[in-house]
Amino acid sequence: MAEFALEINNLQKVYDNNVVALKGIDLKVQKGDFYALLGPNGAGKSSTIGIIGSLVTKTAGNVSVFGNDIDIDLNKAKSMLGVVSQEINFSQFEKVLDIVVTQAGFYGIPKSIAMPKVENILKRLSLWDKRNDQARTLSGGYKRRLMIAKALIHEPQLLILDEPTAGVDIELRREMWSFLKEINKNGTTIILTTHYLEEAEQLCRNIGIIDKGTIVANTSMKDLLGTLNVQGFVFDLDQPLKEVPVIEGFPLKLEDPLTLVAAVNKDRSINALFSELTKLNIKIKSMRNEANRLEELFIEMVNANEN
Amino acid sequence: MKTNFNVSVSLWTLTVKEVRRFLRIWVQTLVPPAVTMSLYFVIFGSLIGPRIGSMDGFDYIQYMIPGLIMLSVITNSYNNVVSSFYSVKFQKSIEELLISPMPNWAILLGFVLGGVCRGVLIGIIVFGVSLLFYPDFTVANPVLTVTVLFLTSILFSLMGFINAVFADSFDDISIIPTFILTPLIYLGGVFYSINILPDVWRSISMANPMLYVVNTFREGMLGVSDVSISFSLGMIVIFICVLTGACLYFLKKGTGIRQ
Repeated sequence: MAEFALEINNLQKVYDNNVVALKGIDLKVQKGDFYALLGPNGAGKSSTIGIIGSLVTKTAGNVSVFGNDIDIDLNKAKSMLGVVSQEINFSQFEKVLDIVVTQAGFYGIPKSIAMPKVENILKRLSLWDKRNDQARTLSGGYKRRLMIAKALIHEPQLLILDEPTAGVDIELRREMWSFLKEINKNGTTIILTTHYLEEAEQLCRNIGIIDKGTIVANTSMKDLLGTLNVQGFVFDLDQPLKEVPVIEGFPLKLEDPLTLVAAVNKDRSINALFSELTKLNIKIKSMRNEANRLEELFIEMVNANEN
Repeated sequence: MKTNFNVSVSLWTLTVKEVRRFLRIWVQTLVPPAVTMSLYFVIFGSLIGPRIGSMDGFDYIQYMIPGLIMLSVITNSYNNVVSSFYSVKFQKSIEELLISPMPNWAILLGFVLGGVCRGVLIGIIVFGVSLLFYPDFTVANPVLTVTVLFLTSILFSLMGFINAVFADSFDDISIIPTFILTPLIYLGGVFYSINILPDVWRSISMANPMLYVVNTFREGMLGVSDVSISFSLGMIVIFICVLTGACLYFLKKGTGIRQ
């Protein structure tokens, strides 16, 4: 039995126009993992996914899906893989039901066997009521759901999602998160690329950051976030302040008279800050993180790679 | 873990998808050839035909029927595959096939079978229309007729596939049918026997591959031909083999479909 759901060694891709997309990346994703692959636009994420899914031809290197090398046993690797591409890639003029049944057929699943699976997956993704609608009439969010339904119909062991929630409203995004968590819990390994770093932080246990065709970080989400030294907190105040209070060890700034922002070093207790604020008779109505923690790290790493 | 793959199911699925596609837009795919051919039969068959007289011993309308059927079969087989395969490239739904475990030969065969189904169906429709204008028509050699019908449809479906592989725009899929295929078919003996041409033009016509396809089919339907049937059939089969090889090579290489 293969140890890894996905194993990539020295993967390189140079396009015909001499653009070097991947400079020999190595990546291992454990079975059952929920893995985030992050990177700025043009970093090499989609090239990597394209190679895994046979949509892009690699220049060099090896890719194995559950131990099946795509150069040796491509069809076996493909049958274990489901890919949700970044762009809509189904015929817009076909009915929702036909699209999913056809996709099952491409994986060798006859209609009689596929139908119960199709009904189940369309119901889980709230698409069953729209099964007889032409795909082009669906909203952007429903089209995304249809992409996921297609990718899951053959029950892949590894599901790769390339920015699945791009352009999707918050409610639907959270619905999709919940759905993805559920299928991951049931044993499907998931690799996710996204620009919503909050999404990666919420869902994924491990993370790889790719930039300019190289992997600049590959670790657990917990360890990565643990490298942050300072966290920003935003306090909504009960009374407006005219000037920025001064508290030793806690740099503060006023965004507006009712919003105070504090930078708290991870070796300092936030209780101490509350005590000092109470002493200054500053009453706090509510508090939240200043920004997404992962976002700070991401920018830091990409900038470091830039230099 | 489900890794068993049934290729016959995937091939059937793609073929049904292709047939469903052209049946869904039947007003664009099935009706126009029937209308156009009716006009040909009315104008060239019923109105002008009697003034032309006989051609190779047949009524002119009778002589035209095999040519017009071939004209329809060739253009529809070609157009079905070129437009369908280019559309899946354009809409990126080709990814559905490339990601799946379907082998390249099954992908090619699925598209070709779609083209053949449309080509043969159009051939039957046009033949049905021709019977309205010439009810006494009898087929001289049904086996040869059906054989040539299918082989021609396969050949031009493959050509359409290659056109679509290299097409980068919708213009690219109409240039060859409009500026190369149609003129060659018209000059390939659809409306006349090359025996009525001056020697020079007859010799030039012999270099037109469409002449062999049209005349082999005419041999099947009427029992007359301007060319050698065994040579024509041999060439059609050789071209099918060569084009199949080329299509499989392009699919393996990912020409036009993989980056």
